Amino acid sequence: MIERDLVIVGGGPAGMTAAVSAHKNGAKDILILERDQRLGGILNQCIHTGFGLNYFKEILTGPEYADRFIKKVADIPEIEVSLMSFVVDLTKDKTLTYLKPGVMEVVKAKTLIMATGCREKTREMVHIAGTRPAGVFPAGLAQKLINIEGLLPGKEAVIVGSGDIGLIMARRFTLEGAKVKCVIEIQKQSRGLIRNIVQCLDDFDIPIYYCHKISKIYGKDRVEKVGVIKVDENFIELPGTEFEIECDTVLISVGLIPENELIEMAGVAMDRKTNAPISHEVNKTSIPGLFVCGNAFKVYDLADSVSRDSEKAGVLAAEYLKGLK
Amino acid sequence: MSQGNYDVVIVGGGVAGSSIARELSRYKLRIALFEKEVEVAFGVSKSNSGIIHPGTQNPPNSLKGKLCVLGNKLTRKISKELGVDFKEVGSLIVAFERDEIAKLKRIKKEAEVLGVPKLKIVDRAWIKANEPSLSDKVIAALYAPTTGIISPYRLVYDLSENAKRNGVEFYTESEVLNIKRISSGGFEIATKKGLFNSRYVVNAAGLHADDISKMVGVDDFKITPRKGEEFLLDKKRRYLTNHVIFPLPTKTSKGVLVIKTADGNPMIGPTAEDIDDKEDLSTSDKGLSTVLHSVQRIVPSIDGNDIIAYFAGLRPASGHDFIIRHEKKVSGFVNVAGIQSPGLTAAPAIALMVSDILKKNGLSLKKKILFHKHRKTEVHLFDIPLSKTRSLIKKDAGYGDVVCRCEMVSAKEIKDAISRGAKTLDGIKFRTRAQAGRCHGGFCTSRIMKILSEETGQPLTEITKRGHGSNIVEKDRSND
Repeated sequence: MIERDLVIVGGGPAGMTAAVSAHKNGAKDILILERDQRLGGILNQCIHTGFGLNYFKEILTGPEYADRFIKKVADIPEIEVSLMSFVVDLTKDKTLTYLKPGVMEVVKAKTLIMATGCREKTREMVHIAGTRPAGVFPAGLAQKLINIEGLLPGKEAVIVGSGDIGLIMARRFTLEGAKVKCVIEIQKQSRGLIRNIVQCLDDFDIPIYYCHKISKIYGKDRVEKVGVIKVDENFIELPGTEFEIECDTVLISVGLIPENELIEMAGVAMDRKTNAPISHEVNKTSIPGLFVCGNAFKVYDLADSVSRDSEKAGVLAAEYLKGLK
Repeated sequence: MSQGNYDVVIVGGGVAGSSIARELSRYKLRIALFEKEVEVAFGVSKSNSGIIHPGTQNPPNSLKGKLCVLGNKLTRKISKELGVDFKEVGSLIVAFERDEIAKLKRIKKEAEVLGVPKLKIVDRAWIKANEPSLSDKVIAALYAPTTGIISPYRLVYDLSENAKRNGVEFYTESEVLNIKRISSGGFEIATKKGLFNSRYVVNAAGLHADDISKMVGVDDFKITPRKGEEFLLDKKRRYLTNHVIFPLPTKTSKGVLVIKTADGNPMIGPTAEDIDDKEDLSTSDKGLSTVLHSVQRIVPSIDGNDIIAYFAGLRPASGHDFIIRHEKKVSGFVNVAGIQSPGLTAAPAIALMVSDILKKNGLSLKKKILFHKHRKTEVHLFDIPLSKTRSLIKKDAGYGDVVCRCEMVSAKEIKDAISRGAKTLDGIKFRTRAQAGRCHGGFCTSRIMKILSEETGQPLTEITKRGHGSNIVEKDRSND
């Protein structure tokens, strides 16, 4: 077993900002565990601009924004980064077990920052009825396929939900030569940023149906069409308002949930509805010295806000370490 | 021109067909199995609940009942030989009202006539101590300790792999188009992969058993798809119940259950609805509300928010019992039809019965000198303690390369699944559970596609979810 002053799980914007901030505030023995092959997290696939306006007062793409922090981390010798390192176990006393190709390692942390981000809500979580053919993608997966792998998921898409990823993907699909038939939003208004409605839908004449939901997905092997129906303010379906849209792809963008299965395993008090830790102060949890930051703490609209609040997690961890001495 | 001459051709690669194939592979026979889907277990079997029933809830003297009781015993032996993850967990059929206890007693008596062992009516105190998840309103239950759980698809994969090792030839994507009785004896079988000849034909075609039977002129039964919608809960709830929980049975089904699964995720369902379309696997809002409503009455702590997946399966129902018989007017043709619940449990007994029927009708069964009854088993990281994981990673670094984060599946396990025959994303999912967790493949699908492409040489654009037409992506532009 190895021992470290501060272990940070997750090398996205939250984890990297927290590491840099903790170092600045006195932590000198820091380990970042990142499960991917590179640092940056989901920013790596966000090739659109709009990052950094608040934090750097500049307009950056996701990878550029990530790169700023990757360089900062690389410049600090006291921060060690372990890539392809997947944490499988976390106990109350902050002992982590992680797997990595060729090794299983156990590390005891004096203090711990969990920056594990969030995952997309799935079609299953919003219970869309119908068949389960190929062609139904969480919007973020479609984004990864297009932007990282260079693969186009389909020709004609319907987007469910007007979260920012869905809106960004409407534009991305269109730019790649695919047709986005429409966006279906169950609420009266979009949950995405206004700039994304304008720049991703309006500029491309992509219609959005508010107060509508997908009633059913059709298709045996690949998506063939979707049924759409209007709903009232209580989301009750209004009979007689059904119509169908032919498409081969359905992108699901119905929200994000914090990814916190590890802290749940360690016994941190959790809010079952939001999957976030129950907390009375930003980044703090029911276990002293175990902090959560970034989208794992709560889902933020902007990466800039993630960085701002994750700095505080770095401060908290550094102070906690000082208190131990 | 005939592509091959066989002693026995089996139509259908579900649990019945694969069990029969494995059983017959003990003997010196030339055997082929034809499956219309891209992989075995992709039909009725993939949506099975995975319960090894004790033999209760079957009419006395029914073929179902007898084969289920025998199958429960045989499954233990087979899963040991093949390394399938069978677990005996026991089941409870619950009663809420005084008069329902009489019904439990009747079920108990009927089951005991069939030879179901160790049944016991348990009271509130027993329930409170042994199954605290049940509602306070449950006053008694029929406890069947011999009920087990198994992974239905892994069972089929393991059976078919073992049958293959023992010489059975498997043809996938090979729908049987026509079967002709030849005047000189035997059959000519036209498939999508060409013409074949066989002395005997065993029809285990599930939902399409009536269509196959019609090809040789036997049309006295009809398969009616009976749809069941099932809902899987997050693995976090794996200790939701200690047993498989049944309500009192209805006329058409065993009711809506709370099921423990071999993968750990509890499952709730199924519904039961007779439909016409043999390909309609859609789920509905109504199905969900029916299931939730039914199970929450029994286990109040079940929360709709825990549902991470759902699917529908079709039971190939025909009347009230299995149809397993040699067709006298078409000598050499054996029907194995109407294999709905408890078909999974009964399968090894069905296989013995079919082998016996073939023997009685002139097939000579000579044992092979070497029958490989064991199978090299594979590892599932989610199923072993971390201490064991450590030594595995030392032996093969690939076990430390976690691909599916929700279900903890490594690159090595995925490669193993591919080398064992997985050709599609669903095939990998059923074998390993990768993509089957709470994120539904959101994080790992692209990595799995790449591994599948590297291992099989298929371009990424040809990778499918479950065979022809279910391609994941439209175009590869990485070289544009």
